[in-house]
Amino acid sequence: MYIELKNINKSFGSFKASDDVSFSIDKGKLIGLLGPSGSGKTTILRILAGLEKQDSGDIFINNKNVNTLSSSSRGIGFVFQNYALFPYMTVYDNIAYGLKVQKRDKKYIKERITELLELVGLPGLEKRYPDQLSGGQKQRIALARALAPQPELLLLDEPFAAIDAKVRKELRTWLRETIDKIGITSIFVTHDQDEAIEVADEIVITNKGRVEQVGNPVEIYLEPKTPFVAQFIGQSAIIEDYSKLKGFENDSGKTSAIIRPEFIEINKYEDNSYHQFESSMEDATVEDVSFRGNAFEVRADIGGIKVTGRYPLNSPRLKKGDNVKVLIKKLYVVDENSTGILINKALDDSDIYYI
Amino acid sequence: MENTNKKSSVNIGQKILKCGIVSWIIIITIWGLGSLAYDEYFLPSPKETIDSLKLLIQNGTLGGDIAASVGRVVKGWLLSIVFAVPLGLLVGNFKPVRWLVEPILSFFRFVPAIALTTLFLMWFGVGEESKVALIFYAAFFPIFVNTIAGVASTDKSLIEAASCMGAKKARVFFTVVVPSAVANIYTGIRLGLSSAIICVIAAEMLVGSDGLGYLINSSKLYYKTSWAFAGIVTLALIGFTADRILQFIGKKKLKHFGVK
Repeated sequence: MYIELKNINKSFGSFKASDDVSFSIDKGKLIGLLGPSGSGKTTILRILAGLEKQDSGDIFINNKNVNTLSSSSRGIGFVFQNYALFPYMTVYDNIAYGLKVQKRDKKYIKERITELLELVGLPGLEKRYPDQLSGGQKQRIALARALAPQPELLLLDEPFAAIDAKVRKELRTWLRETIDKIGITSIFVTHDQDEAIEVADEIVITNKGRVEQVGNPVEIYLEPKTPFVAQFIGQSAIIEDYSKLKGFENDSGKTSAIIRPEFIEINKYEDNSYHQFESSMEDATVEDVSFRGNAFEVRADIGGIKVTGRYPLNSPRLKKGDNVKVLIKKLYVVDENSTGILINKALDDSDIYYI
Repeated sequence: MENTNKKSSVNIGQKILKCGIVSWIIIITIWGLGSLAYDEYFLPSPKETIDSLKLLIQNGTLGGDIAASVGRVVKGWLLSIVFAVPLGLLVGNFKPVRWLVEPILSFFRFVPAIALTTLFLMWFGVGEESKVALIFYAAFFPIFVNTIAGVASTDKSLIEAASCMGAKKARVFFTVVVPSAVANIYTGIRLGLSSAIICVIAAEMLVGSDGLGYLINSSKLYYKTSWAFAGIVTLALIGFTADRILQFIGKKKLKHFGVK
């Protein structure tokens, strides 16, 4: 294990920002710390960097306990949400900052800056001042500056939060590629699950100061371990009393369930074509149809239960008020502490039947 | 076509208003008209003021007085910069020192330099020293207070960024805290200059035998009200020019330090 956090606790007054946080990271991995705002993800990052001191618990970097090391001695590169470039220094001086601290000679500094500017795709901008750069460029320079002193660990605090949507998408891909190129262990904080899923090797999900689940994006998506994760990941909606639904009757104690658009199939009512699971479908009314580029997103009402699903572009058009048939294929059932996948009985039985 | 013509004529009108010529024409006209109603001893006209200015320039009085006043201002003001800036940086950077200094500061902030004239005359004598000391006192506070505020306004994430790159406290102070305070220091220096100018006039009016303050004050002895006007106009011009020069330097050289 390259980075290890053991039982980290941190409170700000009565607010518990980190509640017994433990997880570890392999060398060279890109980790996404994902959670809603106020869930304590930035605090974890700041404690790792030594910008905040934990109340209790241990941090190990490369098997060395760094509890007592200040931020200036930890050898960590930190990229701030607001870039934190020195506005009174040129791009050159900004990137040179950490190298001057290391007392590198001028020739080395010059070469390293040229190399880094090439890496971040902004060669020739040495003489610019930060206020002459766009948001995306500032963040690239901030990354170059953080990487210049060759840190062992790179931390990024919501690196793209202040950048507009289109550039953000480009930067994500670019960050992934850049980090792969240099192979540095990195942790980034985000509240955007698409960002985490797209970029990270592994995701750490935080909620109310606790770590809910650690796993790769596919695991997190397909096997949420806690009710919070099930509800937080994907376009999830909660169904309070799911036992009313066809195919999910008389299940054990759990009553609420989480549903995602990909769990349901919407068919037009008048559609005469035979459907294998006709008898297991619910009657529903369309409440809203919106175009999502590659499909329609349809919100439907099944006797008071609201569900959202995708509807193919080439099927007969739907409009508000239409009657539809909805097949619910599966649900995540949840209680206080655990989650489980529940398959529609009709599909379950038929699977067995066809095998 | 007509529309664009209208627009451009509106723009020219706005430009003329903005550059201040119109304001001056209005003020001088009112002054001129007002002076018609009174005699020269009560309210000299713009022309009489200009005549006095010419006379005072020709006989060398004005030049000498300007040199005396400007010399004192520059001495006291530079001296206060030399002391107030480093002291403000230190006080601002160390919280315990700030706590120690702040009560004293908020006490003396409400004691204008003029109130100390008598004491300073007693302590420093009637010569140059007491005047320079008064100007120093007057200019010190705006510079000192603004420098402290500048240090306090340093963006915390810049300090953290520097720290993560390995910088220790002393380096952070010189490469982050000081540059971050520059904009406020600059504002303090500008305010300090105007305090210094106000103060030098008051000091010269109370005691002394030269300077613009003396010129304004002594005019009453010779029933030369127009001299007072000449002195006031000169004073305003000097202050205005000095501030413009500072502004120009700020814009040219300190843009990246956040000076606007």
